[in-house]
Amino acid sequence: MEELNALLHGFTVALTPFNLGLMFVGIILGVIIGVLPGLGGANGVAILLPLTFTMPPSSAIIMLSCIYWGALFGGAITSVLFNIPGEPWSVATTFDGYPMAQQGRAGEALTGAFTSSFVGALVAVLVFTFLAPLIANFALQFGPPEFFSVYLLTFCSFVGTGKGNPFKIIASMMLGFAMAGVGIDIVTGQLRLTFGFTELLSGFHFLVAVIGLFGIGEILLSMEEGLSFSGHSARINPRIVFQTWARLPHYWATSIRSCVIGCWMGIIPGGATPASFMSYGVARKMSRDGDRFGTGQLEGVVAPETAAHAAGTSALLPMITLGIPGSPTAAVLLGGLMIWGLQPGPLLFVEQKDFVWGLIASMYLGNIAGLIVVLTTVPLFAAILRVPFPIIAPVIVVICAIGAYTVKNNMLDVWMMVVFGVVGYTFKKLEYPLAPMVLALVLGDAAESSFRQSMLISQGSLSVFWANWLVGSLTTLALVLLFWPVISRLLARLRASGRGEVIRQRAVD
Amino acid sequence: MQNDSESAQRAVRVITMDVIVAALIFALGALVVYDSNRLGSSWDENGPQAGYFPFYTGLLVCISSAVVFVQGVLKLKSDVKVFVRQDQFRQVLVILLPSAAYVLGVQLIGIYVPSAAFIGLFMKIAGKYSWLRSAAVSVSVSVIAFLMFEVWFKIPLPKGPFEHLIGY
Amino acid sequence: MVKPIAFAAGLVLAAAPAGAWEPTKPVEFVIPAGQGGGADQMARFTQGVTAKHSLMKQSVVPINKSGGAGAEGFLDVKGSKGDAHKIIITLSNLFTTPLATGVPFNWRDLTPVAMLALDNFVLWVNAETPYKTPKDYLGAVKKAGPNKFKMAGTGAKQEDQIITVAIEKAAGVKFTYVPFKGGGAVATQLVGKHVDSTVNNPIEAVAHWRSGKLRPLCVFEKARMPYKNKVTETMSWNDIPTCREAGIPMDYLMLRGIFMPAGVSQDVVDFYIGLFKKVRGTPEWKKLMEDGAFNQSFMSGKEYVDWVAKAENLHRDLMKEAGFLAKK
Repeated sequence: MEELNALLHGFTVALTPFNLGLMFVGIILGVIIGVLPGLGGANGVAILLPLTFTMPPSSAIIMLSCIYWGALFGGAITSVLFNIPGEPWSVATTFDGYPMAQQGRAGEALTGAFTSSFVGALVAVLVFTFLAPLIANFALQFGPPEFFSVYLLTFCSFVGTGKGNPFKIIASMMLGFAMAGVGIDIVTGQLRLTFGFTELLSGFHFLVAVIGLFGIGEILLSMEEGLSFSGHSARINPRIVFQTWARLPHYWATSIRSCVIGCWMGIIPGGATPASFMSYGVARKMSRDGDRFGTGQLEGVVAPETAAHAAGTSALLPMITLGIPGSPTAAVLLGGLMIWGLQPGPLLFVEQKDFVWGLIASMYLGNIAGLIVVLTTVPLFAAILRVPFPIIAPVIVVICAIGAYTVKNNMLDVWMMVVFGVVGYTFKKLEYPLAPMVLALVLGDAAESSFRQSMLISQGSLSVFWANWLVGSLTTLALVLLFWPVISRLLARLRASGRGEVIRQRAVD
Repeated sequence: MQNDSESAQRAVRVITMDVIVAALIFALGALVVYDSNRLGSSWDENGPQAGYFPFYTGLLVCISSAVVFVQGVLKLKSDVKVFVRQDQFRQVLVILLPSAAYVLGVQLIGIYVPSAAFIGLFMKIAGKYSWLRSAAVSVSVSVIAFLMFEVWFKIPLPKGPFEHLIGY
Repeated sequence: MVKPIAFAAGLVLAAAPAGAWEPTKPVEFVIPAGQGGGADQMARFTQGVTAKHSLMKQSVVPINKSGGAGAEGFLDVKGSKGDAHKIIITLSNLFTTPLATGVPFNWRDLTPVAMLALDNFVLWVNAETPYKTPKDYLGAVKKAGPNKFKMAGTGAKQEDQIITVAIEKAAGVKFTYVPFKGGGAVATQLVGKHVDSTVNNPIEAVAHWRSGKLRPLCVFEKARMPYKNKVTETMSWNDIPTCREAGIPMDYLMLRGIFMPAGVSQDVVDFYIGLFKKVRGTPEWKKLMEDGAFNQSFMSGKEYVDWVAKAENLHRDLMKEAGFLAKK
């Protein structure tokens, strides 16, 4: 029980009034940062980093990591309310969160999102506390072929169940991949698809596309109904929190799966964004209500939020033990460690016990503080939907423009956002699915470079994707998931004796 | 988009848009294929070349959009589902055109003044609010954004003559 | 000399001579690389110590513009002619990006301010391998035949790959070069034994060295690094031999320097030179330099311009030999 003692010691480090104060300040700042699209956790942490030089490192990291938790919580808010993901990992939250808000269930969606975020984080911290030494080196197993198989797994878990015109799905996804390819090719250093425009050098940023496709596109769609369009006037009832809590235990299977996916993706480190997509895709395939995902299912909010928060939390483990950041925010935190004179690496656990266990303790406290802060704001945020459309519409456009600009401080991105808005409006009406495009845009680049790194290493042999048990089982699992609809139909036929049973069995496994 | 507005229903049909959009997507795909070819789209001793993946994604874009195009053309006569009615489209333009003008304004004179103007004018003209309320909301949004980004988080947004005047 | 408007009433700027220029609004510090990298750390570090020691009345605001291997950042500064409130920190991509991609910018489009430090490069292998010296390792590489050993590095046609090609030329070997996105990932790939060696900067790999996972073979410098404090139980940075000693006649240092837009007055440049002199005087900076085993050269003015011009020629030669130049 060495860990417990260390953790108790950590609590004594974290539980000073000064540190608790910093924690709340950090959470509130983080929520604000998370709410504003474009102003990411990385910005918030980066901006406040210099202020922390005057504090002891433990206090500083507590405040900065609380900004990080706050941003993780806050990202869900605009996703649910306006279909604008405040953070990349909240994109999957829009799929069911926004339809819920449209049905007047914003409070329920927000409560579900915050609570599952908390559960995800809590599980990740427990893993962190008790298994850190065991799993710290797991990330070392991950070379390029393993990373590629993880990306493949993400894609395969997400696609394959799509309804509608398959050619439109393919076109949408491939457009996403093509956009991801714009810019400098990391393997050869060549410029691709820039056609001589220096503005295209840095490619299409995923957030700009998402703000346009989802945020602006949604406003254009809403405008069709005219300005009388009356928001989604929800009855706001403080008890909604408890009513939602009563429903959440029904989704225990989804929660567990999402926690596993999230922790795992954080540790390797694959990042919170792919974790949220993968978790949503898996939940859709495994849930008995899978077919109704996308129409406002609470389960469709629980899955991505749990995984995103679990991944975001466990991503700090490879950062601390190996010095590899799992996200841009982690990268800035990492820079902070070095500036405070702490060397991230395996020895940090040995040399800086106070610091590490203070941080772990602050993860527990910070997430509890975070949950309290965000849950009290649920009625407040749900009330935003009562603001009349002629006021909120231009304000959303302004916020989107700021978000698009801050991604790269580039005016062209703001124009791109408008173009993506028109594309989003058109695609939605023509039933081109947007999610595959966004997924391809966010992961296309990483998937391609890990594939080509693998090919460099293996001298062009595809057998590298089955070279050891780890990569082999990942690749196989990916293919199984891809063909899951076919497989499950076959299984169903085998068990077809008792009808109705089939569906229930699928939900349990 | 409006070219069908002369028709009896004064609306654009889904199938017409489907064909037009498929053609546009095909053109994008062709552009991607063209540039990938320039980069080299084969598989050499170092694995796939720079243009390998874009080439095949572009090709798939072309193929799938071609299929959608043909599917659309075949149903061009029969399918009458409405993409957008003229009155709806006019509503969409009510926000789309001012938004575009707003972005142009941001490009020319910085973000804060156009933001206030955009929100205020939209509220006044489209939402029929009083000048006072429009001004109050629009100015406060701009001021809050200014405080938040420039002063508090020190994230520089586009600025113009007005912001320079007050020392930013 | 332009007289500044005298609203700086309560200003306490010890070293600034009366009438000198100083910033009137926050200074944008452009970083032509991603968040968390070496340049990013140095810029944010500058922001931190500037604030902590009140080295300047206005604050420094770092902005990452990493697109197009840094081209985005350089093009932004190039396009901000006469802007006295914008500075940029460089990596070797100041030279390599325009040469490799043909993107139109050159350091001559900018105003050189000062050299902050130079970053070293060290040849690393996994500590579980039997190679104790560069000779052992390169001998094994040669024996295995071309493309059998994998060298990981940051980016394509940038400093890591240039050094790799130089090693290949000097030792008559051929690596498979595998590019990754950041130095941290490169070091981890070596710890995980997915590749055989790296040329990581000291600061990127030092944690793994201390925990006994990586072994430094040699440093690409003319002389050994001066830091004699023990980093591991038995070795200091100074104990790492130079690659020259081992028969690889290659030295390479990466510029961590400051530039600003063209068309600014000498007063402005002098202000920033003074600022960075003060930054370098802080104890925090000294610790950072030692932790990362930096080469602490400082230059400004003509000396700096000459150094940069020489470095540009060096890069052009190295990249020409390696076949990395953009096809016109």
